[in-house]
Amino acid sequence: MAPAEIRQVILDILKKIAPDEDLSSLDDSVPFREQMELDSMDFLDIVMELRKAYRVQIPEEDYHHLGTMESTVAYLTPVLKDV
Amino acid sequence: MTNGNDYSQRIVITGIGLTSPNGNNLAEFRENLLAGRSGVRPYKTRYIGDVLAGVCDFDTLKYQKRKELRRGTRVGSISVYCANEAVNDAGIDWEKTDKDRVGVYLGITEHGNVETENEVYEISQFDYDTTVWTHHHNPRTVANNPAGEVTINMGITGPHLTLGAACAAGNAGLIQAVQMLRLNEVDLAIAGGVSESIHTFGIFAAFHSQGALAVHEDPTKASRPFDTARNGIVVAEGGGICTVERLPDALKRGAKIYGEIIGYAMNSDATDFVLPDSARQEQCIRLALKRANLNPQDIDIVSSHATATEQGDIEETKALRNVFGQCSDTCINNTKSFIGHAMGAAGALELLGNIPSFEDDAIHATINLDEIDPRCAMDQIVANHPKSKTGIKTILNNSFGMLGINSVVIVKKYEE
Repeated sequence: MAPAEIRQVILDILKKIAPDEDLSSLDDSVPFREQMELDSMDFLDIVMELRKAYRVQIPEEDYHHLGTMESTVAYLTPVLKDV
Repeated sequence: MTNGNDYSQRIVITGIGLTSPNGNNLAEFRENLLAGRSGVRPYKTRYIGDVLAGVCDFDTLKYQKRKELRRGTRVGSISVYCANEAVNDAGIDWEKTDKDRVGVYLGITEHGNVETENEVYEISQFDYDTTVWTHHHNPRTVANNPAGEVTINMGITGPHLTLGAACAAGNAGLIQAVQMLRLNEVDLAIAGGVSESIHTFGIFAAFHSQGALAVHEDPTKASRPFDTARNGIVVAEGGGICTVERLPDALKRGAKIYGEIIGYAMNSDATDFVLPDSARQEQCIRLALKRANLNPQDIDIVSSHATATEQGDIEETKALRNVFGQCSDTCINNTKSFIGHAMGAAGALELLGNIPSFEDDAIHATINLDEIDPRCAMDQIVANHPKSKTGIKTILNNSFGMLGINSVVIVKKYEE
């Protein structure tokens, strides 16, 4: 999966878990939590949706990579390269 | 029981919020009860397929964002809607209300089945990989979820409880409110009963296995308590929640008073998991009357619990005959004939739908009563068409449940 596709996957997950948010102006370099209402349970939803969709198991020590869109895509690009 | 004659201990209902399969506020609900309109419709449930159910269509986004709906449960959503409606209806200045002194007491028949079934189904789509079991499961299934969601939505920092009381739960929520107000634990109680039961296939499957799930080619005729052709329960969802206050507090703020809770009782059959016991039901009714300082003939309306099961209707009739058999002016009706059995919400909805009788001089009927079962026959049953009666002052509300839990609440038209 290419980085642009991964970005779209993450965006779709965010739309699902935060349906009241306008994500059209999301800044990829700014932490999600600074741009939208996202608590720890929502964050776990991102992990869960990736697990369900791609059977990706993200270890807890890697959660910090999922702070911004940029860092998330960078982290997932090698993980999802064969998807 | 604390002496309800003590002015400061008198408890009144000052606001009503509800969603029923045939109405999303008291005015709609009442109109449809008087018009004989059923809220039962075809419904599909997981694994089983086509069933009949009482389904609510309230505006879920009126008091919650989409994210909150996704986070919470169906019964949490029902509770939040009804609680907000009740507070608005009561005319309470919510901004100035001391939230530490507000309690939320909601009765419920069962909780957690919906979410558990959903998750079991979900992991079945992943070869039962339990790592995809949602982290939302626990907060959604803890027994205090419905009342807890109300506190979060409304910023209430007083106590909250969800009371598990089978199908006696609607009354149980109100009784808890009365007790907590009289103990001065809270100044305002948001109380009643709620149900999301149509969203669990298990309740349909279990009633079917028990031979107690209603079927009928016309959904609106499926729920038929006391009728010879009754063949079981129509499962319904819903919620009925009130604001309940001590009388002096209500008068001080110039509140509209729907009625005064003047008596209540709860007891247990201690006999069987599912079969009711008319002797204990009668005892419960008589205890509530005694506490209200009323005689049976003082009751204008008996809101019956009858669910349209063979044994349940017969047992309740025995109790009603023993208590009210000689009371020719007492009228008996049944709300489940319109909406099905709203489980934890049943007791509350059935009481609330009758309260307008104090003002509109009408008693709603028991519909679908084409041929009364002789074992359930009582002259006082209001059959198929509402009855006009002036001067209605008292309603006795029966609500009974599995494991032999019985509850009765008596509400009186407010008089100084």
